[in-house]
This record gives sequence, structure tokens and C-alpha cells, in this order.
Amino acid sequence: MRLVVDLNKCQGYAQCAFLAPDVFAMHGEEALTYNPRVDEEQRENVARAVAACPVQAILADALDAPGEMAAAPGEEESHGR
Amino acid sequence: MAADAFLTWLRREGRIVIVGASLAGLRAAETLRDEGFEGSLTMIGDEPYEPYDRPPLSKSVLLGKASPAHTELPRRRPVDAKWRLGVAATGLDMAAKRVLLADGDEVEYDRLLIATGVRARPWPRQAEAELDGVFVLRTRDDAAGLQRRLMASPRRVFVIGAGFTGSEIASACRARDLPVTVAERADAPLVGALGGVVGAVAAELHRENGVDLRTGVMVTGLEGDSVGRVRAAHLSDGSTVETDVVVVSLGATRNTEWLAGSGLGAGPRGIACDAGCRAFDFRGIVTDDVFVAGDVARSPHPLFGYQFLSLEHWGNAVTQAEVAAHNMISSSTDRRPHMWVPAFWSSQFGVNIKSVGVPSMGEEILITQGSLAERRFTGAYGYQGRVIGAVTFDNSRWLQFYQGLIETAAPFPPAFLTVDRRPEGRQPVPADFPDPSLPTHGPTVTLSGYSPADRRLVFKPAHP
Repeated sequence: MRLVVDLNKCQGYAQCAFLAPDVFAMHGEEALTYNPRVDEEQRENVARAVAACPVQAILADALDAPGEMAAAPGEEESHGR
Repeated sequence: MAADAFLTWLRREGRIVIVGASLAGLRAAETLRDEGFEGSLTMIGDEPYEPYDRPPLSKSVLLGKASPAHTELPRRRPVDAKWRLGVAATGLDMAAKRVLLADGDEVEYDRLLIATGVRARPWPRQAEAELDGVFVLRTRDDAAGLQRRLMASPRRVFVIGAGFTGSEIASACRARDLPVTVAERADAPLVGALGGVVGAVAAELHRENGVDLRTGVMVTGLEGDSVGRVRAAHLSDGSTVETDVVVVSLGATRNTEWLAGSGLGAGPRGIACDAGCRAFDFRGIVTDDVFVAGDVARSPHPLFGYQFLSLEHWGNAVTQAEVAAHNMISSSTDRRPHMWVPAFWSSQFGVNIKSVGVPSMGEEILITQGSLAERRFTGAYGYQGRVIGAVTFDNSRWLQFYQGLIETAAPFPPAFLTVDRRPEGRQPVPADFPDPSLPTHGPTVTLSGYSPADRRLVFKPAHP
């Protein structure tokens, strides 16, 4: 599961760090750090954190959409760095 | 009407190409599909990776809390696009409506969105920039390389530039207990964005956390050993710092070179566009089929005197992409302006730094809440008698209130007296930004060598 926190919205309420401490952590009083790639066993906790965030700053998806991406990298990768 | 018929056709079977497969590109693609675009969508990105998020690269990743390979952006919805990743766009033929790619392919469009962003400004001397151990931090590959090197317990990390990225890197190094030296040309960190009053607080933060902060100095050269690894940095005050990792954090350069000769109004400061994200051509005429969003865009903002602002802000990339995507498939009367109030954040040394508006336009600053000494405060910036920006250190819940003041051009200094105690007093003080009319580094050039054959120009940075 991939996730991103909109840190413009985040106001450091720390509900996420309380509900999913393996994913979210406070760095100091207000600043949030998080792991943007979440293991499956954290899915429940992350879902709770998403729901509990007072400013709705957490966006997560299910890790089930690689299908449309898969075609691209293979053949074009050689043109990259 | 013909225009309506065209739009109906465009939405149903038109071809939209997005150059730039990062935050702005992805959010634009999602918005297009959200708003019912059913035609073909092509995403072009020069990196081989699907769209990923960059802010964690200088924070969670360097702190060892996330992998640089796993910051891909979540999807708000499937975008059903053809992805051309790992291939750069190299040119634009506006007359033929074609994007040229590095692999020789050409992609035709009916509407084009340019979201090519910025890249890290490299160390200017190429031979020194190529030394082993010299990094910039912008991409996922940069972060992976730097993280590997930090894990190998270097003797000392040397950071050139104490802007937001440089400060975050120094903060991560100290959190990992690595010795770190930061060299900054100005008198304090963050001065360009927040001014000298707040910069002084940032300098304290660095020093209290054990950073060897050198201000008012320039780096005159990087020195390598016999096998090409960096071993020392030389400073303009004559000192030398032994180091085995150097991170160059000198800001960013806009990715517009590929548009040279295209006829678009694109240059080192970005691509000029109107408030509806439509690109200008170099004659100042607005185009109707080329749109711009994200860090590479430069658009006029009515709240800030119609200045053309180019913002390297995460939230700007998101909202500008949404506006651009909406306007690309809407008739002229349905189009929306991009009027996002600039906002950014940084997290360093455990302090949450946030800002709204354009502090760097501020002439004066008033600490309206909290205190500088506690490093928990709100500062309001004033410009010509109105509030133009605000910054908070660990005080972010107040930011929305100040955004309201900025949006309504509230008077400065603010009239309220009862919000909080003000140990710093009720008189605004100069915000202490560098004078933009003065050259920042007053270089001098000297001639050296005796015979005409080996006379050379030598650059001598001025002493502070």
C-alpha cells in the first residue's frame, strides 16, 4: 500500500502516530515523518489513521494497480540514465 | 457551435500528452479522467520510475525510516494512460503539435501539458562535481546513493548551502550522529526564504544540534584524492574541511532546455503562463493548446501584485495541475484561475517549519505569537502596510488564520493585541532579507601568470 501525507494540511495532531506507530512517527512536537510504503499487515492500522486524521491529510491506495504501469519501464528503460 | 463541437470531440477522442511524470503530471492525469476525459492520454517521463513523492527523500529516507525505492505516489483513481517512462522529451513542434522524444519517436497531441519541473543545480565545476562522494539530492537515485553513503558511516558530511534541503540533510545527519559541516554564503540558514530574523533562529537550531555551521563563506573548491574520491572542501575564509561526503544543495534549475527553439515563452525562470495555466509563446501571446503546471510554471498572482511566481511547492504542483487539467478540456467561460496561496513546510531538527504567502516580499516582520527564544512562534511579514506572508515554528495550527489575513490584505502590523503575549514587543522589525539590488557574492577576478601564453583569469570570491 502506498501512501502520502499532505503536509500542508497536517497540523501535527499525531492521531496517525498513535494508531499506526510503525508507519507514522512524530519528529519533535509537530513534525511528522512516515514510511510511504506500507506492509500489508499495517492495512487496518493505516485505514484507522486515515479515518482519524482531523484534517484528512493522509491519502493511501491499495497496492493493486501495477497493471497499467507494467508495460512501460521494460523496453524504455535503456534510454534512462 | 464549432467550439462546442470541438470540445465534445476532444473530451471523447482527443489526444492529451503530459510531459513530466511526477506529482503534477500524475495529479493532472487523475483530474482529466475524473472530469470525464475519455480520449488517449500519454505520460512522458525521463526517469524510469512511476511517479514518486520527493519530500520524504530528504526527510524519512535520510533518517532511515523509508526506502528511497518506495515513495511512489498513491493513485486517487486509475488513469488509463500510455506510459513512456525513461525517455526524455527533447523538443516541441507547436505548429505540427508534436513532442519529440530522445529515442526518436514523435508523439502527436491535441492538448499538451508541460510539467517537467526542476532539477538540482549541480556543482559548477564539472571535474569536482564528478568526484566520488559528491551528491545532489533531487531524484530517487540521488537519495538512494546518498543514503547508502550515510549508512557507511562517513567521517564527516559537508553540505554546501543552508536552504531548506541543505538544512534537512544536516538535520538527518545529526539524527544519525554523523559529524556534519554546513557552508552557507549568507549570514544564516534560510535567509533567502524567511529573512535574517528567522534565519538567526535557524542558525541556533543548527548549532545546538551539533552542526558545524559556517556562514558568510563560500566554497572555493572540492579536492579529490588519487583515486577520485572527494577528500576535502576549501572555503573562502582560507579554511579547509576534511570530508568524504559532499552534498551540493544550491537550489534548482528549471527543465526548459528541451523547449529551446519551440517558440514557447520558456527560459531559465520557467515557462510563463496565464492564471489559467495556458502557456505564453515568446511573443507574449497566450497559446490555446499548451498548458503548464508545477515547478516549471511561472504564472501571475493577483494577490501578489500580478507578479509572475514560480513556486517549488508541493501543494502548488497539486492544485495547479488540477486547474490546468480542468481548463484543458473546458470551454473558455468554464475555465478557472489558479489562485493558490503559496504554502510550504520543512521539518528539521525536530521543528516543524511552515509558511504561507510570500514572506520574501516582506519588508518587516512582527512576532505575533510565541517567542523566538523558545523557537515556537508565528511571524507575520508586512509589505506596504498589509500582511503578505507568515511563518510558524512549531505553531502550525495558527497558519490558516494568517492565510485569511493574507487573502484579505489585512493591515500590517495586525490590529489585534490579545491573541498572545509578545515578549519580542509590538513593534515590527526589519525582516532583513538580502537586498535584491546588490550582487550576493561580489566576485572579483584577477589575472595571473607572467608570460602572455599562461595568463589566466582567476576567480577570487570576496571575503565577507
